[in-house]
Amino acid sequence: MKRDAKNLTNAAALAVFWLAGLTTVVVLGAVIGYVLVNGVGEIGLEFIFTNPHGVNAEGGIWPTIVATLYVTGLAMLIVTPVAVLAAVYLAEYAVQGRLVRTIRFAADTLASVPSIVMGLFGLALFVESMGFGFSVISGALALSFLMLPIVMRTTEEAIRAVPKYIRWGSYGLGASKWQTVSRVVLPAAASRIITGIILSAGRAVGETAVVIFTMGTMINLPVLPTDPGRSMTVHLYQLAMEGINMPAAFGTALLLMAMVLAFNLSARWLLRRNRRMQG
Amino acid sequence: MSEALDCPSPGVPSADGEVKITVRDLDFHYGDFHALTGISCDIKARSVTAFIGPSGCGKSTFLRCLNRMNDLIPGTRVDGTVLLDGQDVYGPGVDPVDLRRRVGMIFQQPNPFPMSIYDNVAYGPRLHGVKKRSELDDIVRMSLERANLWKEVKDILDRGGLTLSGGQQQRLCIARVLAVQPDVLLMDEPCSAIDPTSVQKIEDLMAELKSSVTIIIVTHNMQQAARVSDETAFFLQEQAGEPAILVEFGRTAEIFTSPKDKRTEDYITGRFG
Ligand SMILES: Nc1ncnc2c1ncn2[C@@H]1O[C@H](COP(=O)(O)OP(=O)(O)OP(=O)(O)O)[C@@H](O)[C@H]1O
Ligand SMILES: [Mg+2]
Repeated sequence: MKRDAKNLTNAAALAVFWLAGLTTVVVLGAVIGYVLVNGVGEIGLEFIFTNPHGVNAEGGIWPTIVATLYVTGLAMLIVTPVAVLAAVYLAEYAVQGRLVRTIRFAADTLASVPSIVMGLFGLALFVESMGFGFSVISGALALSFLMLPIVMRTTEEAIRAVPKYIRWGSYGLGASKWQTVSRVVLPAAASRIITGIILSAGRAVGETAVVIFTMGTMINLPVLPTDPGRSMTVHLYQLAMEGINMPAAFGTALLLMAMVLAFNLSARWLLRRNRRMQG
Repeated sequence: MSEALDCPSPGVPSADGEVKITVRDLDFHYGDFHALTGISCDIKARSVTAFIGPSGCGKSTFLRCLNRMNDLIPGTRVDGTVLLDGQDVYGPGVDPVDLRRRVGMIFQQPNPFPMSIYDNVAYGPRLHGVKKRSELDDIVRMSLERANLWKEVKDILDRGGLTLSGGQQQRLCIARVLAVQPDVLLMDEPCSAIDPTSVQKIEDLMAELKSSVTIIIVTHNMQQAARVSDETAFFLQEQAGEPAILVEFGRTAEIFTSPKDKRTEDYITGRFG
């Protein structure tokens, strides 16, 4: 009797867990499926490589793709040196005490600032005070604030994950601390650091609030960093909210998802390859 | 506490050979934990000295005192004297970075850097300013030959060091250390994580190297200690929480056949048993 009841509870609990787990998969499948069904008809070479034209934004979305990749790439260039240097300092040099805890806490808090607030801040600081106007550089700077804590923390963890045996090997050959960090520790941590950068770039590609405030909404092909531009996310938002061109909105959405997915997959691939190499 | 060991005064060569390292009254602390006390011994130049003793008795700790690797662990303290060629290792004006080049170290876990075989071996010489390719080529080849690895890797020098087998990796690490031409080689259980063929090759290379290098090896394998070493030091921590001592130090043949101390005898017979 008692045994049966126990088995029954077990089975019930298992079923609940299973259902909960399944929900995730179903939700993901539904989102992807919905966007795929509605957007796939739109996508083709013309959609990707030509400019939109007319009041209904027919044609392609090329300038928004360029703007998105441009602003993301620039943000990566800005954030990488700062984040890596900060992480090296935190992991290798700083005396582990109040200051370091404060910096870490600040990074974690920075990571949780709502992106629209970051956008507002970017508008005030880069667009207005510093006079960059709505531009790719304003967008990249604001995005780099968003990416900074992610890249810094993943880099710090990557550096800490380098086994002490490897450091000792270097010290044992008469290397100084900086030589050890720059020639052995950073290369050993490189693929995990790059993974962190790619993941944060995936986040930046999907960001809307920050870029709408800092890069503007003009559809043009940005060439100089001081040119304004419209990101894919912003384009999608406007097409859909103003009911201009739903098929193009879905096509953009699908492309956007494919890009984010590509970022995440390449990050995973790098990590996996690295794990294989290090045994 | 430690029995007084008969040691000549610091730096004076003993009857049967020049002294490379002299240790007097060494005490070591990890923060509040007193790990070693009253260690005194003379390590002879161009010979192999084995450190034996139960797990946790401070063999690795002592080894790291000899090249100041313990400096890298925060909160540690060394008291007493360590002389290398008569010069105080802990004295003012001694650069630990420079010392570690002269006193190389091999660890239990092979630890090649994530770079090519060639770059692993060239790492040390490059640090110390060797830039010319032909010079580096020579050093790399010679070091790999001395480490008994050249034949196996001469055609794959640009492959990653981590792609080698564990035993090859360990010999790569030995080559890497030899490339900076140390006087002393500290080996902390270098053979406990690798295959028997490589163990054989490492024991062979130790025998070859000792004509030019002073070698200290920590090992749990009594047969290995008996095979490779000229002298043996037995460490023991008698009570948990108490610092470990150096119980007996002498010629390997004597330690293994007629130890003076009952505790040495018990340990060795237990381990051979
Ligand atoms: N970094 C450290 N901080 C604090 N205590 C340590 C540290 N490293 C070692 N110890 C302690 O010092 C004592 C000696 O350790 P050590 O590693 O030198 O022993 P060992 O003889 O090499 O042992 P094994 O044969 O297992 O390698 C042990 O009690 C150990 O717990
Ligand atoms: Mg040890």
